[in-house]
Amino acid sequence: MMPVKLKDILELPECRTLVSAAPDREVTKIFCCDLLSIAMSKAPAGCVWVTVMGNRNTLAVASLADAACIVLAEGVSLDEGTLAKAGEEGIAVLSTELPVFDIALEIHEAGGL
Amino acid sequence: MGEPLIYTYDIDGEDFTRAGEASSSVKNRLKMLGVDSAAIRKTAIAMYEGEINMVIHADGGTITVIISDDAITMVLADRGPGIPDIEKAMQEGYSTARPEVRSLGFGAGMGLPNMKRFTDEMKIDTVIGQGTTITMKVYLHSDGL
Ligand SMILES: Nc1ncnc2c1ncn2[C@@H]1O[C@H](COP(=O)(O)OP(=O)(O)OP(=O)(O)O)[C@@H](O)[C@H]1O
Ligand SMILES: [Mg+2]
Repeated sequence: MMPVKLKDILELPECRTLVSAAPDREVTKIFCCDLLSIAMSKAPAGCVWVTVMGNRNTLAVASLADAACIVLAEGVSLDEGTLAKAGEEGIAVLSTELPVFDIALEIHEAGGL
Repeated sequence: MGEPLIYTYDIDGEDFTRAGEASSSVKNRLKMLGVDSAAIRKTAIAMYEGEINMVIHADGGTITVIISDDAITMVLADRGPGIPDIEKAMQEGYSTARPEVRSLGFGAGMGLPNMKRFTDEMKIDTVIGQGTTITMKVYLHSDGL
């Protein structure tokens, strides 16, 4: 099967791209969790991390755990400063109105992750 | 490599938004030094959890990171309230995090267990009313640097 690339996720119609990143980066898995210290230890490197937790610490965890992309569900967003930092760190940030499960399912169906 | 590299970070106990910056900085330094990625990940996770705990539970402190040929050593020293029952604090799920901290995504009670799991050595020295010092070590293979 074709590896899934970040651009496949960025193109999802349900998602708004808040921060773009290297489109050809390979994404490995979908990971859903809101508790940061669980995400920290369990999020696989290169994952698409779906969460409703939108603050600076979300980015810190994504960065330290080497997530490829943060997907903020339920219309959650991040402040400008954090988005700028995500850009510097090369982590894509998307936002969607959908609940966590629905967007994860959509990513799964689109990418086969 | 020879002489160990030593870095010191002051952790601001007030500032949630900056918590994690010291860990990011160490992660980047280790990357530049060419340390193997598994050791970097272990160090970054353990240090981040410790750094956050210093901010949430202990009003900040100092982190010293020593990088030598055979290990990365992290010493996290705070002047917080101390940990009354270390065994309890080490249990997965145990947390005294305040509601406003939980609303930011903390409080799973997984930080200390993560620190233990992702390091090769961990020691907690704590004195009630005076503070806590946590020392953690991640071993490097001889070809690691
Ligand atoms: N540096 C510290 N000073 C004082 N108490 C601490 C310190 N670190 C941890 N503790 C105590 O140990 C408990 C467990 O810590 P742990 O990091 O495992 O969980 P948490 O910080 O509450 O939640 P999480 O890390 O999952 O977000 C804390 O709730 C707190 O009571
Ligand atoms: Mg903690």
